[in-house]
Amino acid sequence: MAARSVPLSSARDDNRLANSLRDAAIAALMVFALGFFFLGVRTDIAPGGLALSFRWGLLFSAVAIVFAGRLLLNLFVFKTSAPITAQFSGMFSGTGSSFAGLGKWLARALLAFAIVLPFFFTYFFPNKDRQYIDLAILIMTYIMLGWGLNIVVGLAGLLDLGYVAFYAVGAYSFALLAQNFGFGFWMALPLAGLLAAFWGVILGFPVLRLRGDYLAIVTLAFGEIIRIVLLNWYDFTNGPDGISGIPRPTLFGLEFSRGEGGFADFFGIPYDSIHRFIYLYYIIFVLAIITNLVTIRLRRLPVGRAWEALREDEIACRSLGINTTNTKLTAFSIGAMFGGFAGSFFATRQGFISPESFTFLESAIILAIVVLGGLGSQIGVVIASVVMIGGIEMLRNLGFLQHVFGDGFDPTQYRMLIFGLAMVLIMVWRPRGLITTREPTAVLKEKKRIGADMVAQGEGH
Amino acid sequence: MGSVLQNEVDGAAPARWDETPILSVEHLTMRFGGLVAVNDLSFNVGRGDITALIGPNGAGKTTVFNCVTGFYKPTEGRTAMRHGAGLQASAIEEVTRSDRRYKESPQGSVYLLERMPDFEISQRAKVARTFQNIRLFGGMTALENLLVAQHNPLMIASLFTIGGILGVPGYKKAEKQAIEKARYWLEQVHLTERADDPAADLPYGAQRRLEIARAMCTDPLLLCLDEPAAGLNPRESHELNELLKFIRETHGTSILLIEHDMGVVMEISDHVIVLDYGVKISDGDALHVKSDPRVIAAYLGVDDEAEIDVPEIKHDLEEVVEEAQELAAADKSKPKPKPKKPRPAAKASGAKPAARNAGSPARAKAVVPAPSEIKIKNAADFPGRQPHGTKKPGPPGADNLTRIKGIGPANEKKLNALGIWRFGQIAVWKAPEVDWVGAWLAFPGRIQREEWVKQAKTLAKGGATAFSKRVDKGDVPTSKARKPRSGGKGGKP
Amino acid sequence: MLEYFVQQLINGLTLGSIYGLIAIGYTMVYGIIGMINFAHGDIFMVGSFIALATFLILTSVFGFVFLPVVLLIVLIIAMLFTSAWGWTVERFAYRPLRGSFRLAPLITAIGMSIVLQNFVQVTQGARVKPLPPQIQGGVTLMEGSTENGTILVQLSYMQMIIIFTTLFLMIGFTLLISRTSLGRAQRACEQDRKMAALLGVNVDRTISLTFVMGAALAAVAGLMFLLLYGVIDFYIGFLAGVKAFTAAVLGGIGSLPGAMLGGLAIGLIEVFWSGYFTVEYKDVAAFSILAIVLIFMPSGLLGKPEVEKV
Repeated sequence: MAARSVPLSSARDDNRLANSLRDAAIAALMVFALGFFFLGVRTDIAPGGLALSFRWGLLFSAVAIVFAGRLLLNLFVFKTSAPITAQFSGMFSGTGSSFAGLGKWLARALLAFAIVLPFFFTYFFPNKDRQYIDLAILIMTYIMLGWGLNIVVGLAGLLDLGYVAFYAVGAYSFALLAQNFGFGFWMALPLAGLLAAFWGVILGFPVLRLRGDYLAIVTLAFGEIIRIVLLNWYDFTNGPDGISGIPRPTLFGLEFSRGEGGFADFFGIPYDSIHRFIYLYYIIFVLAIITNLVTIRLRRLPVGRAWEALREDEIACRSLGINTTNTKLTAFSIGAMFGGFAGSFFATRQGFISPESFTFLESAIILAIVVLGGLGSQIGVVIASVVMIGGIEMLRNLGFLQHVFGDGFDPTQYRMLIFGLAMVLIMVWRPRGLITTREPTAVLKEKKRIGADMVAQGEGH
Repeated sequence: MGSVLQNEVDGAAPARWDETPILSVEHLTMRFGGLVAVNDLSFNVGRGDITALIGPNGAGKTTVFNCVTGFYKPTEGRTAMRHGAGLQASAIEEVTRSDRRYKESPQGSVYLLERMPDFEISQRAKVARTFQNIRLFGGMTALENLLVAQHNPLMIASLFTIGGILGVPGYKKAEKQAIEKARYWLEQVHLTERADDPAADLPYGAQRRLEIARAMCTDPLLLCLDEPAAGLNPRESHELNELLKFIRETHGTSILLIEHDMGVVMEISDHVIVLDYGVKISDGDALHVKSDPRVIAAYLGVDDEAEIDVPEIKHDLEEVVEEAQELAAADKSKPKPKPKKPRPAAKASGAKPAARNAGSPARAKAVVPAPSEIKIKNAADFPGRQPHGTKKPGPPGADNLTRIKGIGPANEKKLNALGIWRFGQIAVWKAPEVDWVGAWLAFPGRIQREEWVKQAKTLAKGGATAFSKRVDKGDVPTSKARKPRSGGKGGKP
Repeated sequence: MLEYFVQQLINGLTLGSIYGLIAIGYTMVYGIIGMINFAHGDIFMVGSFIALATFLILTSVFGFVFLPVVLLIVLIIAMLFTSAWGWTVERFAYRPLRGSFRLAPLITAIGMSIVLQNFVQVTQGARVKPLPPQIQGGVTLMEGSTENGTILVQLSYMQMIIIFTTLFLMIGFTLLISRTSLGRAQRACEQDRKMAALLGVNVDRTISLTFVMGAALAAVAGLMFLLLYGVIDFYIGFLAGVKAFTAAVLGGIGSLPGAMLGGLAIGLIEVFWSGYFTVEYKDVAAFSILAIVLIFMPSGLLGKPEVEKV
């Protein structure tokens, strides 16, 4: 870059323009090739087979947009002597350290906000409070799942692509306990966690010997197996119809219902359905905070150090007398336990569960949250959850775009497309995730944060 | 069989390490598919000794380590670790017969390492190790590395995590002690200043020291170090020696180390075991080993394996060569050789049983091929039969025997001393001759392995082997192209 | 019930061939850059959509009727255009992360998978696309009678085409990998990418070509899937991808014959399980076999055993 910036002769400019044009043309051609069968052609079911329709306008506008965009990018960003992005990269180059210093305050601020969040929304957005609190509950659930998976992937370095299985075990445990034995949420919650942990051990025991990607594919397979069993074991799980009528949580026996003996009645305040949402929010908030505190404490315990050591070098661990199988199993089962708690919360929040909710996509989203946040970073999980989950839910509110693109345009269709693109772009932008420093768990003199380039990523690196 | 190993050198008086061994390796064999990495290896590691395991590259040293520390399951053999004094032979036999892995008692405990999983070897049998390619937890600080090493006691203090989560006071105290212990070891390895730096950030020498400190944090009774001096500069190497001596003296930890740096080995080792091709070729104190011709041969006798730069051994080699030359000269001048011993090692140690029989050449008579013109005084000490040799090279002069892979300049001299000058003479060797010459050259088994006879047959017919072509091109030092004394790596002359 | 068995065997080999073709893409990519290309299943889906569109354009717009020629053109076009997709995915989602840490490309791969699925859903609609069977008929190999009537063991022409095409491509690719300089470059990159680059192998190009080859084979599988089942939608890529990856792992990842063998094994397991036990749990059977094989043979059926370096 520096060498290029010195002589800015016009010949060089011409050359640059020519190069940029050629590059943009190639990009446009590529888009034409890629888009021809998808943007240009559409197949639809019609009477008597499939009908073809052509959308040349769409195809050529896509080609034109890419050509122009690429050309502009080339001229002003990639091939220019002073790219605009240089300023951005300057802004972000120090993020590792600045985030870390910022992290503490950010964490405190977020915590304070999380505590007052329901009242904040009921006060400032009285019309949309239910929607926002519901979204906050959803995000908080993913934060908890992310923290749970962070133990397995971030600390112990075990790539688990089937985490949703434990989420499902937790949810179904509660649903079935409630349906068959009349358990309430608070009684079922610990049992659901224990059952999920138990499944973690059962599934983990045979597979934890496997390395890296083999472990990943087997956990994925187990996740799918559990989903398929839930789907097909009709007598037990009610199959694809799912289980409905799952009881709502009570506050020391008080139900959040209208009328006599309910929460509102007991405290003598007018009934409002928002109470239940606020209560649900605080349940998941407390569960998530417990997950976080336990994780933070575990990191400072020998088992947590052993997890991180395992991620760094398994062979060295064994040479130091660490039983790696047990250590992996504890990571796997503790992670599973938190997944189970979150699952049983999910069941009580929805009141209805079916295997549909526990697809591989859920595992992928949770894993993406952990990796995008920065492996092993607790605050990173929070940021990634807010950005990704909050982001896709916000995309539901793009109704105004219908005015731009016409009535046939359904913005919610594009949610997952944008979600996927965001995943790719964030990862390319920050391959190590948003928060990339590791905090040591013990200090002799002075606490120094450890850069991500030092930290290993576990199995099969 | 008993666990006392008869030391082949000091047959009469058992060496210290055979009397109070902390670790006995008996008949250890490790095969990888068809490859025999370690073959029927037995040795003892003395309690409180610094024992070195040396040998050329690929001799199987690290394999032995991996077997001892449980990373490989040996194909055959027994490795017994003892806590407490004495041989505890009966306890070992008892555990061996049962299907238990160890027997612990207040008087002393025995552990059969080959039955134990790797982590248990460190946890229970108290054998710690380091790795040839340093294996630190790079993303964790030096302090954390040392805390991870104290996993098992801390685990108990934290009541297997449950107490730790609930915050029992005992754990706080235990952790404080663990940090103190870490601080102590950081001081010993001069890393206190870098305690809070990630291990991957430390310079190479510091990483080596930290790895030793980490191993010491497991309170081992036996510390196994895999090439601890590799890549260290002389000053660091010296510091390492001091550290190892300190560990042995202050903590009473026995040390078993693999090392290429002969300076380290010779300076600090009480006991040296030499491996070559997975077989033990020498065992004794440093003085004994460095003058053992088999060791010299293993390091230098063979063309391009000679990759050692140790003045002592170089000097020894020169001695051997000179003696061989003298011997050859003597053989040429007189029919009866002077009573000069061809094996200076025997002289040095004086341990070879004096079974020399002046009339021994007679035993070689009346058998096909013709009896040798060269009389070797102690010919009967060696198994097999002395091959036929002539005093003179023959009309067109001697062949370049170093064209045979496995015969280096030193061996050529020794063969010449035996009256072997031509490929044809080697080509007619049968098993007895091969055995005899193998013993005479002090590397049994090697002639078969390197197929000298087959090579000689080819070369005698005027053919060439891949190796001889390299010799002819000058890629390998030979007696004709360069001085036989040079023991450097095979490079262009 | 020999007839029933033989029929299931034929069906299993057919399905297994399709899995095997997709699995080759996984195994080649895994071999060369050590990542699970999660988007590969969706490349297969994209391939089948391109094949469908091409087929419709040829038959309804240009009015081609001679089926062999049409299918040949469809095959070539599908391979070409799907390769472009494979190349693009590699270029945008994986190449910027080359040499970065291991989980990053895995996440972008999952992201790419989501993008491709939703892109196809948005542009082509979520409903299934049926295509009436194009190749009909077959040969009857055996005939047997049971109490319920006669059972015919049929080898349809479609199945023949699938099995033979797979065989042909398999031989071709094995030769390509073992004989050509491209194959040598690929193997060199597998062994040591840095060293290969130092020795003048264009690593980026080699990796791109690997993706292109994998995508081309996936397109073949896509076309066959379309012709065999006659119905596709934007979601077929996920399950087929997971199965194919399972096949690649089962056969020993990095091994081309292993991928084919694994594909056949998964196909046979699925078909036999459906035929003799339950259809619902066929995937459970396939995944369970995978777990069992990996637990007892951690490097798969034909993979090189991994020696733990200490």
